[in-house]
Amino acid sequence: MQLTGAQALIKSLEMQGVEVMFGLPGGAILPVYDPILDSSIRHVLVRHEQGAGHMAEGYALATGRPGVAIVTSGPGATNIVTALSNAYMDSTPLVVVTGQVPTAAIGTDAFQECDITGVTMGITKHNWLVQSAQDIPDVVASAFHIATTGRPGPVLIDVPKDVSFAPMEWYWPDTLDLPGYRVPGPPGRGEIDAALALIAAAERPVIYAGGGLLKARAAEVLRAFAERTGFPVVTTLMARGVFPDSHPQCLGMPGMHGNYTAVTAMQRADLLIALGARFDDRVTGRVDAFAPDAKILHVDIDRAELHKVRHADVAIAGDCKVVIDALMRAAAPALRRADSVLASAWWEELRRTQREFPLHYEPADGPPVKPQMVVETLRDLSPEDTIVASGVGQHQMWASQYWRFDHPYTWVNSGGAGTMGFAVPAAIGAKVGRPDRTVWAIDGDGCFQMTAQELVTAAAERIPIKVAILNNAYLGMVRQWQEMFYGERYSEVYLSPDLPDYVKWAEAMGAVGIRAESPDEVAPAIEKANAIDDRPVVVDFRTDAFEKVYPMVPAGASNDDIVLHPAHDGRVR
Amino acid sequence: MTDARGSGGGGGRVAGVPAVRHHILTVLVENKAGVLARVAGLFSRRGYNIFSLAVAPTDDDRFSRLTIVVDVESAPLEQIVQQLDKLVNVVTISELAPSDAVQRELLLATVEAEPAARSQVIQLVGVFGGEVLDVGATRLTVMLAGPPDKLDGFEGLLETYEVVDLQRTGLVALPKIDREPPPRRRLSAVASAPVQVPAPTAG
Ligand SMILES: Cc1ncc(C[n+]2csc(CCOP(=O)(O)OP(=O)(O)O)c2C)c(N)n1
Ligand SMILES: [Mg+2]
Repeated sequence: MQLTGAQALIKSLEMQGVEVMFGLPGGAILPVYDPILDSSIRHVLVRHEQGAGHMAEGYALATGRPGVAIVTSGPGATNIVTALSNAYMDSTPLVVVTGQVPTAAIGTDAFQECDITGVTMGITKHNWLVQSAQDIPDVVASAFHIATTGRPGPVLIDVPKDVSFAPMEWYWPDTLDLPGYRVPGPPGRGEIDAALALIAAAERPVIYAGGGLLKARAAEVLRAFAERTGFPVVTTLMARGVFPDSHPQCLGMPGMHGNYTAVTAMQRADLLIALGARFDDRVTGRVDAFAPDAKILHVDIDRAELHKVRHADVAIAGDCKVVIDALMRAAAPALRRADSVLASAWWEELRRTQREFPLHYEPADGPPVKPQMVVETLRDLSPEDTIVASGVGQHQMWASQYWRFDHPYTWVNSGGAGTMGFAVPAAIGAKVGRPDRTVWAIDGDGCFQMTAQELVTAAAERIPIKVAILNNAYLGMVRQWQEMFYGERYSEVYLSPDLPDYVKWAEAMGAVGIRAESPDEVAPAIEKANAIDDRPVVVDFRTDAFEKVYPMVPAGASNDDIVLHPAHDGRVR
Repeated sequence: MTDARGSGGGGGRVAGVPAVRHHILTVLVENKAGVLARVAGLFSRRGYNIFSLAVAPTDDDRFSRLTIVVDVESAPLEQIVQQLDKLVNVVTISELAPSDAVQRELLLATVEAEPAARSQVIQLVGVFGGEVLDVGATRLTVMLAGPPDKLDGFEGLLETYEVVDLQRTGLVALPKIDREPPPRRRLSAVASAPVQVPAPTAG
């Protein structure tokens, strides 16, 4: 069967089971947009290509399937670079197709030419400049294989316009020739024994659960492992939901704005079991002061993460689910019973810290609204399996702290890159992937202004997401740093609460706009928003600009120097 | 498990570089566009300089071999090796301890040599076992292949004359034969078998 390169590209995406792609056409990708008309694949027309990338990410994070985006050459391609970088940092499987100028024009500074494979070399797991239409099925199959296996990540396929037009003889490959691509196999017996020996000897163990567990779809085995051992679990920003917050063994989030108990438990641990976590600086604080007495058992599918930041006493390169399964199977009479661990002095100490230093804020009776109270009310009034997307800043930390994450794949967040503007498009992508779920974006006023135009996409495509703007009229997180570390010298952080008018703006974009200015307006606004299911909703919560995120480990400080809420500070620890 | 540690303190020496920080990596890559940029990018993004780099196709023209001499501490090198190993087009990586490797490099030099000096240059080339490749009225182009330190010595002596042009290739290396345990530490497995494509999920 003869097809054009463009037809072969769309057919290859269909062969991969793609149900939706997010994109925006232009000259170099035009030939590929024609067969989209005849395809079973849904196309969501975005208003900015960054939105296409984040939507694909939100889709992938909520469903576990790779997100697909398609854009034109030059500015179309560069507009999606932020999303590629974000997906690379968070190991999110994406396949991005870009148009390219015709092969003969490459290198001539042709109209809308950009060396996008060069630009994205360092922020994709791999990329391809397709040289011939005949290669397309092979490249697409390789792209999906690489994006979704091992440590997942974004890949990019750059398709010159003449390649899209060129004829090819259709085939679908049975094998891929990737001689340099390897994924670790199952762990060896020796590694499992060494891991079990560490586990058996631990007096003050902590399971340090990272985002890799979600990629490995290992929530169930993690829970079985935690319950078998009786060990406490911290879930990183990337792993929120992989272990239920309401589980008695969950200590919550560690790191710069982590729970006091999660942070100090790691500091005092004699064994950290790092599962799909990478000792990020936001978790470790000053590395040489991090968990000084802990032995490290590190499991990660990416060998390069082992020993990268912290030397591991036992390092296992492998899929978290497979390795935990192997540990459970081998486990060991040597391991203590969970109930004896739960009755240990270690747990007693942890329970005491949890009681003494819970998350804390001072509620308010009148305006402005406390941002933490908005998150708590949202949590209590929304369905249990609601998906929460977030921007980057104070609101993100409050969302992570005050939401109760009891299910995997309900937290859609920009962790490694910290990309402002992630929430709205990522929520749209999540809702497209999980139309059965309520999807709330908890956004900052600053973030919202970066990508709000995608609400037009949501309205036009009938993707009824909900957006809670924690409108503190500031680039709040930056303001917090200036207050705490720059002697209250506020430089370029004020935004204004009512410029823009978020309600009018929402309405202009085809969404419902609601405002809540005082605490008693919060619950009714949320209930009203939750009742709307035919269009997007934006709620403008006027929140307290002076509220800061606590606890906080100042950048570059040791986790031992964690700063508590002033109401807790000064108490004996 | 793979591990790049341990061979950093090797004995070989290349001009101007303290031996202790000197590492030789031989990297088998797929012969595809952009591979060199991907490899080089891993060094440059960390601010490490590649000291020399030699690239050529192997006997199997699907693959090329890079010999990279790099001036990095052992610990960051280990991280770079792991990152290199993740590149889809990189098939295998080995680190050669300079003391355990047979190393060769080629030097070409054009020297200003008036007839009076010419025979001295020719003699010097003969002593080192090099060759004269080209002769002009006042210039000679000479060649020497050998271990890098021999080339250093030759280059130093050539400086006595006026060197018009000088080009070295950067070294290529293979492990010495008959060493137990094998001196060539294979950091990554051999090329992986073809990947089976899962059955299509949609029509
Ligand atoms: C694209 C981008 N630019 C700048 C930053 C730096 N930054 C981090 S948080 C933040 C403030 C975010 O403001 P807002 O969305 O209002 O959230 P708030 O902290 O007030 O909750 C800024 C500017 C960033 N993370 N991303
Ligand atoms: Mg703000």
